[in-house]
Amino acid sequence: MTETTIPKRGVPLWVQIIIWVFIVGLLALVGVILSKRQQGTVQPGDAIPDFRLPLFSGYEYEGRSEVKLSDFQGKVVVLNFWASWCKPCEQEAAELEAAWKFYEPHGEVVFLGADYVDTEPEARAYLKKYGITFFNGPDMGTKISQLFRIRGVPETYFIDQNGVLYFVKIGPFASVNEIKSIIAQKNP
Amino acid sequence: MKKLFLTLTFILLLSALFAGSALAQDKVPTDDEVNAIAKQLYCPVCENTPLDVCPTEACRQWRELIRTQLSQGMTEDQIKQYFVDNYGARVLAEPPRTGLNWLIYILPPVIILAGAFILFRSFREWTGRSKASSVLSAERSAATPPAEDDYVARLEEELKNRK
Repeated sequence: MTETTIPKRGVPLWVQIIIWVFIVGLLALVGVILSKRQQGTVQPGDAIPDFRLPLFSGYEYEGRSEVKLSDFQGKVVVLNFWASWCKPCEQEAAELEAAWKFYEPHGEVVFLGADYVDTEPEARAYLKKYGITFFNGPDMGTKISQLFRIRGVPETYFIDQNGVLYFVKIGPFASVNEIKSIIAQKNP
Repeated sequence: MKKLFLTLTFILLLSALFAGSALAQDKVPTDDEVNAIAKQLYCPVCENTPLDVCPTEACRQWRELIRTQLSQGMTEDQIKQYFVDNYGARVLAEPPRTGLNWLIYILPPVIILAGAFILFRSFREWTGRSKASSVLSAERSAATPPAEDDYVARLEEELKNRK
């Protein structure tokens, strides 16, 4: 009786290794992206990396059309994300401006407005309508909002004198006193 | 008379020139022209909704901005670049071919090619196996004559006995 062996053929080992490495790499990449998305906003205690905010004309800081977070070292920074199309932002506009007017003469607290996904004519109309005078500019390329991983507007971030985030307010402020009480944690 | 004719011709030409430029400036882009660009953009606020059909206030403002830019004579590419500069590359329906974005363009054809390769190899393996097994069974049947088969012999004997 003659024995015939069936030749065993399949995908070569090196191809299998490449495919598996590729699949694992792809899954890792998807995992990293998903975990970043699930992270939520930056958390109190996080040191905030330096960022640049161009300012609208008429809203410059000491004559400069662009500011960096590091320019305000030693001061409490109140960074407010807003947009002209955002209805809840309108609820807190007057409160923010009133708080700014309260702190402006002392120079220890700085208010920055980052205009999120907006068009300049509407943004300017909004600032004029609510009489806002603190430093304001567009979040160009949504870089700052991505840095803070904001979920929407309005959101306000309180950064201490050392550039460390110490409070996050999601949604509009109910009163000027609410803003003052948060600032008072670092600027009694 | 000749002087009057020349003056009139000059005035007519001048007024035609101004009328032409005024018409060009007054031309308001249509919704279709705006939407042709808007459908290539996505507002970061309303994910997965193209700008041309997005009902939010933010998107309405963006469409108006496109209309204004078109009326100012900006080209489609210039408008798209403006939106990328102001709101980031993620507003584009078709991501730019840079960095990790390349994966979007490379992965699908690579996966299709790899799948076709694996399928081809598997088919070859299956057809090889079936051919080999048919050859093997033919060889076996040739190597085992019916007379030598004990079972067949017993069956034939039993049939004979029944007769």
